[in-house]
Amino acid sequence: MDFSNTLRIAFRALARNKLRSALTMLGIIIGIGAVIATVSIGQGAEYLIQQGIESLGTNAVFIAAGSNRAGARTGFWGVRTLTVDDMEAILREVPLIRSAAPVVFTRAQVVYQNQNWRPRIEGTTPEYFQIRRWGVQAGGIFSEDEVRSAANVCVLGVTVARLLFGNQDPIGQTIRIGEIPFRVVGVLEAKGQSAMGEDQDDRLIAPYTTVQRKIAGITWIHYINASAISKEAAQAAVPQIEALLRERHRIRSPEDDDFFVSTQSDVAEMATQTERVMNLLLGSIASVSLIVGGIGIMNIMLVSVTERTREIGVRMAVGATEADVRRQFLVEAVTMSMAGGIIGIGSGLVGSWAIAKLLGWPTLISATAILIATVVAASIGILFGLYPAWKAAQLDPIEALRYE
Amino acid sequence: MSREAKSEPGARTEPNDRSELIRLENVHKVYHLGEVQVHALRGVSLRIARGEFVAVMGASGSGKSTLMNILGCLDRPTRGAYFLEGTDVSQLSKVELARIRNQKIGFVFQQFNLLPRTSALENVELPTIYAGLSPAERHSRALAALERVGLADRAHHFPSQLSGGQQQRVAIARALVNSPSILLADEPTGNLDSRTSVEIMDILQFLNEEEGLTVVLVTHEHDIAQYAKRVLEFRDGRIRKDYQVSDRWVAREVLPTLPTLDELDAVELGTQDLHAEGPVNPSEVW
Ligand SMILES: Nc1ncnc2c1ncn2[C@@H]1O[C@H](COP(=O)(O)OP(=O)(O)O)[C@@H](O)[C@H]1O
Ligand SMILES: [Mg+2]
Repeated sequence: MDFSNTLRIAFRALARNKLRSALTMLGIIIGIGAVIATVSIGQGAEYLIQQGIESLGTNAVFIAAGSNRAGARTGFWGVRTLTVDDMEAILREVPLIRSAAPVVFTRAQVVYQNQNWRPRIEGTTPEYFQIRRWGVQAGGIFSEDEVRSAANVCVLGVTVARLLFGNQDPIGQTIRIGEIPFRVVGVLEAKGQSAMGEDQDDRLIAPYTTVQRKIAGITWIHYINASAISKEAAQAAVPQIEALLRERHRIRSPEDDDFFVSTQSDVAEMATQTERVMNLLLGSIASVSLIVGGIGIMNIMLVSVTERTREIGVRMAVGATEADVRRQFLVEAVTMSMAGGIIGIGSGLVGSWAIAKLLGWPTLISATAILIATVVAASIGILFGLYPAWKAAQLDPIEALRYE
Repeated sequence: MSREAKSEPGARTEPNDRSELIRLENVHKVYHLGEVQVHALRGVSLRIARGEFVAVMGASGSGKSTLMNILGCLDRPTRGAYFLEGTDVSQLSKVELARIRNQKIGFVFQQFNLLPRTSALENVELPTIYAGLSPAERHSRALAALERVGLADRAHHFPSQLSGGQQQRVAIARALVNSPSILLADEPTGNLDSRTSVEIMDILQFLNEEEGLTVVLVTHEHDIAQYAKRVLEFRDGRIRKDYQVSDRWVAREVLPTLPTLDELDAVELGTQDLHAEGPVNPSEVW
């Protein structure tokens, strides 16, 4: 019997019990949908991480204030020992570090006329923009002189600019942070959401001196955003920086460190790890679904074989061989799993598109994922259709014809 | 593909009288039901020539269906030999038997056994699918077969839209579609009223007389056996009587004397009364 006939018979048999076929396919649909979503979302996340690395530079090194001493619950950012002097010492004594920018941050109410907003406020130096490769779309950034003189100038992220100024041009306008007036000198390029889902454009950047003295009222800094001369240098610089800071802070053992040093690759690794856990989770949902779906197909095929015992008898009586019968039921099982697979691919794509849209991630449709999903769906049909098909073929034609 | 041309290892192929279609030699069939052995056939020897019309009679359980299943290559004898067109088919593999069922044998059942929710035409096409014919060839053969049983106009009806007699005619068309050497019918009129039974016998007589088709049919009704040329009487798995029918009935002549279904409705009489009035002797129905 030729294949197109077998396929036609299979479609007929499935169309005859539409609801039953649909319910049977559900497991496969969910499983394949999860596979597609996993791969697409995974690729989206990877793209973001990649982008994050690019935007921060593979050479980036973070030196953050913080303690992991259990006794002194100062909190991650509560440590007051990291200073701009530390940064200057690092630049002076660790030649692997090319440049560095101190960062202090806080939140405060920002007012322009009758509009107000509470963005993240960061204080830093012009190096910050260079290390992060973050340019302005309008105006410019503040200067070294303005840092030295603790001038009241600021650069706005696009979110802040939009919320305070709408369609107006913010450059040269004066806003107030608390009671202090600040002149807007620039608006940053849009960055969108980070891999962690926060809006990177919801920030206001001013000289660190100004933020320290006039807004936060502190003398220390929260972290140092440094850049090494190469990716390898970034890794090699870590122990040197640690040694230097321990000496400066008079720390004897690493457990007492009041700072953390990490590289961009460490951060990327962490993000990748998180992504891997996500994938594992979605992957196990997918496999459980696929197995359940396969068992569902097997179950329905066994029911179908029993229901159609007479049909099988008739087919054998008019000349169907065991192989013909086996093939018929196998094709039916595969047709069902493939139909489920195709619907699953469709819903997986729609689902991942929706998630990406929601999180502002790029939608990445992977041909590999679709191919894998198709192969998996077909294999499930074959795997779980084999036994029912074998059972059908083993029927004795005489018994089958007599079956009530 | 002709069986004579291809000789199987271990299969005896004897050049013989071209007119001989079937030869059984001391065929036994034993069923094992757990500890119990059921001897369904106890040494059946039999020759059937081309063009014969044989009625197999006997009480229930006498082995008629067992014989038909062996003749139809659905089952193999426990002991003895079965030559179909000179080939010992008791030695063939399952695949080869399926091929023979497809090419040489047409089966008609008491319960019609049409596939539900499948048109008459597609039901008739079924054996041609396994014969590997092209769709066009399948279609034209199936239509021709339906024409032979007078149902070409019902080609696209489903079995549920057909009367019992029409369903059985579709089943006969299906049995004919691959031009078999022999038509085997196991109680083909068992589920039909008496007029429809005669209509079926008319078709079988036509196929036998006009087209030379060999027919073997099982019945427990003497009236039906009267339409055959030869009767085999079975008892306890053996042939007890084997005789030619003397004053054979011709369905075409009997039919006009029988009331049609419309007439039955018109006179609003019970079927039993009509049986009593018709040419059927009620004592022979059982
Ligand atoms: N598959 C089977 N297993 C066991 N016994 C069977 C089987 N088929 C038939 N028989 C027995 O064989 C005998 C002949 O059966 P069968 O050929 O069907 O008789 P008939 O068709 O003349 O009524 C009966 O006693 C029946 O019970
Ligand atoms: Mg019987």
